[in-house]
Amino acid sequence: MGRPSESHFGAAPYDFGGKWVPSELEITRRAARKARNIRNSIIAVVSSIVVIGGLALIAVTSPGWKSLSDTFFAWAYGVEVLPKIILGFGTNVTLTLIASTCVAILGLSIALIRTSRSPALAPFRILATLYVDIFRGIPMLLVILLIGFGIPALRIQGLTNNVLVLGTIAVIITYTAYVAEVIRSGILTIHPSQRAAARSLGLSHFQSLRYVVLPQAFRRVTPPLLNDLVALIKDTGLVSILGVTDAVRAAQIASSRSFNYTPYVMAAIIFLLVTIPLTRFTDRTLRRSIERQNATGVA
Amino acid sequence: MSQPVLEVKQVRKSYGSEVVLEDISFSVPVHTATVFIGSSGSGKSTLLRCINLLDQIDDGSIVLDGEDITAVDADVDKVRRKLGIVFQSFNLFPHMKVIDNITLAPMKVQGISKELARENAYKLLDRFGLHDKAENYPDRLSGGQQQRVAIIRSIAVAPRLLLLDEITSALDPVLVNEVLSTVRDLKIEGMTMVLATHEMGFAKQVADEVCFLHQGKILEWGTPAQILEAPQQAETKEFLKRVHEAGRL
Repeated sequence: MGRPSESHFGAAPYDFGGKWVPSELEITRRAARKARNIRNSIIAVVSSIVVIGGLALIAVTSPGWKSLSDTFFAWAYGVEVLPKIILGFGTNVTLTLIASTCVAILGLSIALIRTSRSPALAPFRILATLYVDIFRGIPMLLVILLIGFGIPALRIQGLTNNVLVLGTIAVIITYTAYVAEVIRSGILTIHPSQRAAARSLGLSHFQSLRYVVLPQAFRRVTPPLLNDLVALIKDTGLVSILGVTDAVRAAQIASSRSFNYTPYVMAAIIFLLVTIPLTRFTDRTLRRSIERQNATGVA
Repeated sequence: MSQPVLEVKQVRKSYGSEVVLEDISFSVPVHTATVFIGSSGSGKSTLLRCINLLDQIDDGSIVLDGEDITAVDADVDKVRRKLGIVFQSFNLFPHMKVIDNITLAPMKVQGISKELARENAYKLLDRFGLHDKAENYPDRLSGGQQQRVAIIRSIAVAPRLLLLDEITSALDPVLVNEVLSTVRDLKIEGMTMVLATHEMGFAKQVADEVCFLHQGKILEWGTPAQILEAPQQAETKEFLKRVHEAGRL
């Protein structure tokens, strides 16, 4: 029983003037770990080549491959129409920037109204709930059509007939409903004791929200909000239904002129060039926020 | 003397440039309890996390039942099946009833039938006076009851070694005793244990060996009487004095 004498295990690794030098055991273990990591990487590479290469082989050797690649992967034509598609994509980017800003402000306001307790705000709570219920439940394409064709049909003086503006409004209305719910759920996950602690320090209702609840809530909902941003970029393509010349519409025009679908593939690639980096960024943010929460969880 | 259940040999652990454990060696013979004392941040919890393979050590080795569990090819899941660990913060699964918390691992990990797992769980609950809590969810239990359930959950898989990491730190003084008496019962039944605790009176009762951990090193070790009543090192004396002043001796 008790602490064994040092002599059992050979020289202690602390003989070098108090400075630590890894023992032979540790050096062997590190080498073994490295060897295992190399082996794992080789296995990963080989299995990826086999699986992905196999799938590619099945596609390329299929009987319809020739005609499919002629219709969808006519790269020369694709490059020819690329400038027009990129120009159209500019519309998607602008639309995304404007819409995301408006959605952030409106979404936060609606979330705050829905989580408020004040009796005076009751009618606004009801209206906000109604709004969220309706626009979260209607397909966005329908909202775009209703607003894009419905508002001009009213023929009210001073109201715009610009399809781009109307399309943007439709996108904002729909996404505000989604984002408001994400933010609201974030606010609700903050434990009531946090608000109680803030209020007992003398902070007002608004101050507790502003300095204690919202900062924590936003940290939690950043990953889902970024996820919504990626979805928003894609969904701006839906306004093409109103005749807005965005990337989707530009591809459609180019495609119908030649009965070749390569422009669609080009448009898809352009969307991916933006959404994939954003998705990776979202993943990283999510992982970080999880790590941070775990770090505080363990003593 | 038969082979010890746990042998820790010259273990070192650092986080970046901060050395948390340095040259830690001790062994735990079967049916004995080794208690680690020391101030917060002395490395007690890290040591238990290293034994449970939650943290990877930087040097040295840890041998459980004659098998080097820090070897690169050691099966982590198999090692953990031999270990029971109870944390400071209960960590019961809030979405499961007490009985399901206890029977989960025996059923899913050891493959025991539901009937047998429940029967065993009820035996344990009976023994520790928690029979009538079996069908409750954890949030209906007091802190002391929750921690006792956590202990029962960890011994339901019949571990070779039980690790207890400051299990009473989150409890109020009234509830501490019921948890400690549960641990005393386990000791009497022959459970081999490694504990980190701030309860010196309790350490005196259950420990076969007490180790004083200071800045990541075992500064002093011996029987409870040696360490707690006649410490040799100045740091140990200082620590015990402060604990005494805090009224916990």
